Amino acid sequence: MRAKAANWLGERIDLNAVRELIEHKTVPVHSATRWYYFGGITLFLFAIQVITGILLMLYYRPTVSEAFESVRFIMTRVEFGWLIRSIHSWSANLLIFVAFVHMFSVVFTHAYRPPRELTWLTGIVLLGLMLFFGFSGYLLPWNQISYFATKVGTDVAASAPLIGPAIARFLRGGEDVGAPTLTRFFAFHVIILPLATMALIALHILLVQQNGMSTPPWLTASSVRQMRFFPNFFLRELMVWYCALAVLGALAAIFPWELGEKADSFASAPAGIRPEWYFLAQFYTLKLIPSHVWVFEGEILGILGFGLLAAFWVVLPFWGVDRAGAARARLVTGVGVLLASYLATFTVLGYVK
Amino acid sequence: MKASDTGPDTHLDQDRRSVLSWLLGGGIAASLGSFFYPVIRFMNPPHISEVAVDEVSGGKLNDLKANSGKIVKFGNKPVVLVRVSETEWKAFSAVCTHLNCTVQYQGSTRLIWCACHNGMYDLTGRVVSGPPPKPLEEYAVRVRGDEVIISRRA
Repeated sequence: MRAKAANWLGERIDLNAVRELIEHKTVPVHSATRWYYFGGITLFLFAIQVITGILLMLYYRPTVSEAFESVRFIMTRVEFGWLIRSIHSWSANLLIFVAFVHMFSVVFTHAYRPPRELTWLTGIVLLGLMLFFGFSGYLLPWNQISYFATKVGTDVAASAPLIGPAIARFLRGGEDVGAPTLTRFFAFHVIILPLATMALIALHILLVQQNGMSTPPWLTASSVRQMRFFPNFFLRELMVWYCALAVLGALAAIFPWELGEKADSFASAPAGIRPEWYFLAQFYTLKLIPSHVWVFEGEILGILGFGLLAAFWVVLPFWGVDRAGAARARLVTGVGVLLASYLATFTVLGYVK
Repeated sequence: MKASDTGPDTHLDQDRRSVLSWLLGGGIAASLGSFFYPVIRFMNPPHISEVAVDEVSGGKLNDLKANSGKIVKFGNKPVVLVRVSETEWKAFSAVCTHLNCTVQYQGSTRLIWCACHNGMYDLTGRVVSGPPPKPLEEYAVRVRGDEVIISRRA
């Protein structure tokens, strides 16, 4: 019966490529194997975001007069609405955290080496898209905190030299954050970003399949034991996802995401306004830079600095290897540790101060 | 095959194996149930109780000429108010009993007409022609001062 069905399908769709992949894909087994799971967790959390996001769209209304009310309706009237929204918010935050862990694990195991430069680049763009997802989704409930965070966030973009004002105008859909911004952010959040992200995830995963799993440079690839991806690694991965879901469910149930107060463009900014934690490091750095450094405005200098740092990080696979294609392991690890400690310290400082 | 392969140990192994797979399968089924139950309940739209309305104003006496009609909001349902003559008023639910379209009063035929499928009702609400299966529900109309009041019939 099963063979018959498989035959019927096989005559109509050529599944050989998939079968080949499933049969031949292997995962190296060594002391750093556990880091291979983080890409999968990121993908899993993204799937959770797609599912819960579609569910929220059944009730959400993207207008200034109804956005806040519709989210309140979801939280108070729709059965399990509080749970679905809390999972969406918590999963968004965990997703970005796990994506950072995934990125640093790639840095410290030097998996960016040739021929995996494109995998790194698509990954970095995906991280940028995730941050943009977070930034655009933050505004959608149209509450006080998100309204002012978006004002500040788009204003930071505006202070970038030359193209800053144009970017800010594009993001806001006008001169200031208001009804056009909400419409735009909704379009970014539910159509533009998901389409771009899904295409890039497909490319990212395709590249991983074509190049195989990277083995850290301190091991000889040929002598490392391999585990079959299917079913051995895949079942382990499922268990990890199951645990991730348990953590997510517990967080959402014990600490439901708050809604706050409806945004009011003529109210003063409430005390303790701060962006989402993943922008805190930059936020705190900008706070520390004096308003004028020599002839430059402090904020512009800060943003230029972040831009240069980001550009330097994006091209890591090109300065992080020598001419023979081997990792400049010490240099990259050193820079990675510096960056990770800067982000961790300034995020914590931004949170407590 | 060795004799021990079919011995009591193998039976015990098989028992253990089937208990384990029942536990695993049951666990997976229970998990899936706990994932999908909230999702399905979430998709079911919550019941929003309608604002109970017993009477509404149909406007001023002189807003409507004799042999004409208009649609009035009665809670969140439309009602067609007809001034049959100078002194006679009628009101019916404006929701066609056929497929929910909103009906209108036609002065030329002195009938209530549904444009969607050409259903016709007379001024007692009865179906005169067309597909509607049931008459229109009638509302009570009275005049209070210079105001027309529409109310549910007792």
